[in-house]
Amino acid sequence: MDKSALSRPVSDEVRRTTCYMCACRCGIDVHIKDGKIRYIEGNRNHPVNRGVLCAKGSAGIMQHYAPARLRAPLLRTGPRGSGQFREISWDEALAIATDWLGAVRQSDPKKLAFFTGRDQSQSLTGFWAQQFGTPNYAAHGGFCSVNMAAAGIMTIGGAFWEFGAPDWDRTKLFVMFGVAEDHDSNPIKIGISKLKKRGARFVSVNPVRTGYSAVADNWIGIRPGTDGLLILAVIHELLKARRIDVDYLVRYSNAPWLVVDAPGTAEHGLFARDESGAPLVWETVTERVVAAGTKGCRPALSGRYEVGEGRFAVPSFQLLAEKYLDPRYAPEAVSAETGVDAATIRGLAAEIGRVAFDEAISIDQPWTDIHGERHQHFVGRPVSFHAMRGLSAHSNGFQTTRALHILQVLIGAVDCPGGFRFEPPYPKPLDAHPTPHGKAEHFGSNKPLSGPHLGFPRGPEDLLIDAEGRPNRIDKAFSWDAPISAHGLMHMVIANAHAGDPYPVDVLFLYMANMAWNSSMNTAGVIRMLEDKDPATGEYRIPKIIYSDAYASETVAYADLVLPDTTYLERHDCISLLDRPISEPDAVQDAIRWPVVEPDRDVRGFQTVLLDLGARLRLPGFADSRGQPLYRDYADYIVRHERRPGIGPLAGFRGADGTRVGRGAANPDQLKRYIENGSFFSTHIPMEAQFFKHANQAYQEFAVSMGFFDTPKPVTFQLYQETLQKFRLSAEGLRQPSPPPTHRERIRDAFSPLPEWYRPFEEAAVDREAYPLHAITQRPAAMYHSWGSMNAWLRQIHTRNPLYVPGKICDRLGLADGDWVWVISHHGRIKVEIARSEAVNGDTIWTWNAIGKRGGAWGLHPDSPEAKKGFLLNHLIHELLPPKGDGLRWSNSDPVTGQAAWYDLRVRIEKAEPDEASQPRFAPVARMAEGPEELRYGQEWKESP
Amino acid sequence: MTALPSLPTPKKLGLVIDLDVCVGCHACAVSCKEWNTGGYGNALSDQDPYGPDVSGAWLNRIHTFEVIPDGGQIVGEAGDARIVHFPKSCLHCEAAPCVTVCPTGASYKRGEDGIVLVDEDKCIGCGLCAWACPYGAREMDVAAGVMKKCTLCIDRIYNETIDEVDRVPSCVRTCPSNARHFGDLGNPASAVSVMVAERGGIDLMPEQGTRPVNKYLPPRPRKPLADSAPAAAAHDTTGATGFFAWLDGVLERI
Repeated sequence: MDKSALSRPVSDEVRRTTCYMCACRCGIDVHIKDGKIRYIEGNRNHPVNRGVLCAKGSAGIMQHYAPARLRAPLLRTGPRGSGQFREISWDEALAIATDWLGAVRQSDPKKLAFFTGRDQSQSLTGFWAQQFGTPNYAAHGGFCSVNMAAAGIMTIGGAFWEFGAPDWDRTKLFVMFGVAEDHDSNPIKIGISKLKKRGARFVSVNPVRTGYSAVADNWIGIRPGTDGLLILAVIHELLKARRIDVDYLVRYSNAPWLVVDAPGTAEHGLFARDESGAPLVWETVTERVVAAGTKGCRPALSGRYEVGEGRFAVPSFQLLAEKYLDPRYAPEAVSAETGVDAATIRGLAAEIGRVAFDEAISIDQPWTDIHGERHQHFVGRPVSFHAMRGLSAHSNGFQTTRALHILQVLIGAVDCPGGFRFEPPYPKPLDAHPTPHGKAEHFGSNKPLSGPHLGFPRGPEDLLIDAEGRPNRIDKAFSWDAPISAHGLMHMVIANAHAGDPYPVDVLFLYMANMAWNSSMNTAGVIRMLEDKDPATGEYRIPKIIYSDAYASETVAYADLVLPDTTYLERHDCISLLDRPISEPDAVQDAIRWPVVEPDRDVRGFQTVLLDLGARLRLPGFADSRGQPLYRDYADYIVRHERRPGIGPLAGFRGADGTRVGRGAANPDQLKRYIENGSFFSTHIPMEAQFFKHANQAYQEFAVSMGFFDTPKPVTFQLYQETLQKFRLSAEGLRQPSPPPTHRERIRDAFSPLPEWYRPFEEAAVDREAYPLHAITQRPAAMYHSWGSMNAWLRQIHTRNPLYVPGKICDRLGLADGDWVWVISHHGRIKVEIARSEAVNGDTIWTWNAIGKRGGAWGLHPDSPEAKKGFLLNHLIHELLPPKGDGLRWSNSDPVTGQAAWYDLRVRIEKAEPDEASQPRFAPVARMAEGPEELRYGQEWKESP
Repeated sequence: MTALPSLPTPKKLGLVIDLDVCVGCHACAVSCKEWNTGGYGNALSDQDPYGPDVSGAWLNRIHTFEVIPDGGQIVGEAGDARIVHFPKSCLHCEAAPCVTVCPTGASYKRGEDGIVLVDEDKCIGCGLCAWACPYGAREMDVAAGVMKKCTLCIDRIYNETIDEVDRVPSCVRTCPSNARHFGDLGNPASAVSVMVAERGGIDLMPEQGTRPVNKYLPPRPRKPLADSAPAAAAHDTTGATGFFAWLDGVLERI
């Protein structure tokens, strides 16, 4: 063979940008040949993926050229759901949107509900909503993983994934709970590979043994929703075995803080504090109370002490130890509920204790803590944890995740070598987060909301409720229904707006969220709500829907006005420290996207459109006093917008000459510098600042210099959580405001200041005999939510999704592969095809998430397997729990955070007659574009070898 | 009929696939598809790509098997089923039946490095080679009417226009869990040969006599957690009183 034939240049040019095929945000090298995309590979220099790329990323070509892409702005002409539109110009589209939005802003800004889905620009979308002045904004965190974020931030000042990562290079025992395999994808795979090479042990706790769990050294096929009990049993064992890091607890946690013991008073269970508000500890040498953190103080961790005025208090650690040493948390006591045998639980706890203490590691690097004490080493407890949706998507997920963080703190494994490590700008204490805004006094006609929408209430006084205790927000976030719903409750917006509860809206504005299909519970019900008209007026109950997406998803058919987005290869974006960061434990990082190919159609990047709308609406921050736009487009905003003086969306290459990092003047060449650098920026944290960031003086100074904070913000880990106790006191009528009687029991039970495990609400509400099984989804590694079926290559990997049924259930019901069953919940029934599996918890059935599609959507033929054989579990899940004795129906969510409880679903299955297609079956939506009958991508580049 | 080159070839280029870390993510399969659809020979076509009967030509596919151990091997928690993700592409056999069966000489094994290739200009699309391959590693491209197979990315590994570090097959370059390795399995000192020796790498279906060059590394043995469970403590340590006494002792020593 001719050698030169094997040495053809791959492409004409390589353009480096950032992937968006999931939420990892890997660096990619896009090879361009003849103006087309020849090949996409991982950027070897990129800190997130270090050259590798997953199936989704490599399929970017087919995502970009998918026929499902929208072509131009659309205005609905037929009834909602028909998919009948006419193409209109951007001028017309923006004029209509400005007209609708302007009227709302003038009359009653809360009548706009603006919610974004797979948004990677929340720093902009949130700012826009704030300047618009509606209290009704959130991204998708409420139906994704707010339990992880809220529990993490309220316990250790950070959370898994985007706020921290296991120390893959040093950890010796890694325990992972319920993680989706579609993202965080490449970093976890790279990490697992490192562990296995070093011979570290990898334990996976997950009812289903796919992907990562398949290569785990130990798979604990736990019963869904019982992880909290397992974790508390491990804590029980560690306390019993005295395998806790007492020095670490005293230094870095609130273990010594004194908790007032005065039952029946408004102070009971709160921290005893001095006049300045500082929490008190008992100093054992001088035998008096002093402020926590007093230099040289040797605080007590047990005992009962007088704290003045005849009041007594006990160290919070005593409450913790007494609680979890109780035999009800013994492995034998939790074995039946969790489905995990006691020996395995004891073995897990013993391994955690052994590795943490007998295999401790030390890095010879002097450092100084925030009290000025010098240390010669970083001592590491090389046990690390990671968790995501499997803990999060249960109605007890907040407390379960709290329990997991408490476990980490007890063994001294947070931000130490070998443990879970924070990624800048985290850790961040709770008091560095805003409180939510949306009280009546926070908004009004033609003015911005007085502060950020989302945040953390410090107590019931920060709830967004009216004088009668009714919710102010359309999703009822930050109300008694879900007091600490830090990410909102997007999954409740359509149902609430349709019911006019707490009020109707005029405009529903959605971005990248498939709410008419896989992103909603009770999909058929949501579709009916979107189609429903008020018989009195003949108008839709949700009168105007604006939707922006790049693809013809199921939701497009329900929009009145469609603003077509670009693909990720055609746009500017910033992956900002103000938003969802991509830092590593050792480095501060952010990144951009830029148009590596130009759009070939009449589409615009949503962020640029939002800036345009902001200017047309004359929103402060978007238009000047004469109404002229402040920014040309999103690229211009990324470079010139400043959130605080010198702090903009990007931290790198700031200052006039591009040499400033973190803080600095806007640099007109900033994007050029990013592109030259592979579209990312990375700066290393000084070695002495890399661990114990929560209490490391050098790190705190570094964080201030970078602009994360203006003053140091160390974090004390909150084992005992005082905010939760405040809600409890309110529920007991001891503090004001107090919840309505309907909510008291629920809040009292859920807001335990030390985690309690309770049965997930749906399981507790339904007849466990009638619905004996759990039904959950897993995310396949090769698909990101619903975003893969329009991709000609990815859809060949997952064209349909069987229901996986444990072998013993198959045997009992006489089921074999390819048989059909009815799956029945308290809410609905679906008919689907099954496959037998043994690699699953024996009480659990499961399927792949979001493979099922509505016929005609996503540019697919209505008879495609995704539509005929694919299915969603969503039809079985209601957004409300079954009615209780009092007739009330609660949101199917975590009572603390409002997190959608997707994984609480309980079902039974019955053998059914064979069928041609899954049920329920929906009338197809109009197929917006028919792709070619055959693809020969790249055939024009063929040369005979 | 087509002749094999004189064996062994001076180099035996191939892949080593580590089943201990393959998580079945399909990254290698898709990266292979995107490289090769614009690379050596005809595009890898897809039929009915947006319709009911979608199919396409792929040179690498991931198969997922569920294995229920029946004793003997330590696999983790007692009695648990295992999932094995098994990537499969051409194994570049030394005794390649797909070559000897080819009536036109299109299917051949390179004398210098052992790569099994199809000269698409000579291929008549008869399919005999796919029938002869016991591994099902060849796929007919319906649009071009020629047989497609793994080339070990021959237009990458010898491509002098790309960085030397990247002159590896696309699947190896992209694998996020580092489960795929490329090298000369004819050289016992090569990294891949050492890995095969250390990990007990195996031939796929050796009874077929094909002598595949590619090797698979079996999952490492695993130890049940229950083995770490401590024996019952000599005295009961559950009570809080004893715990706080211990705690006071620790605090004294800090």
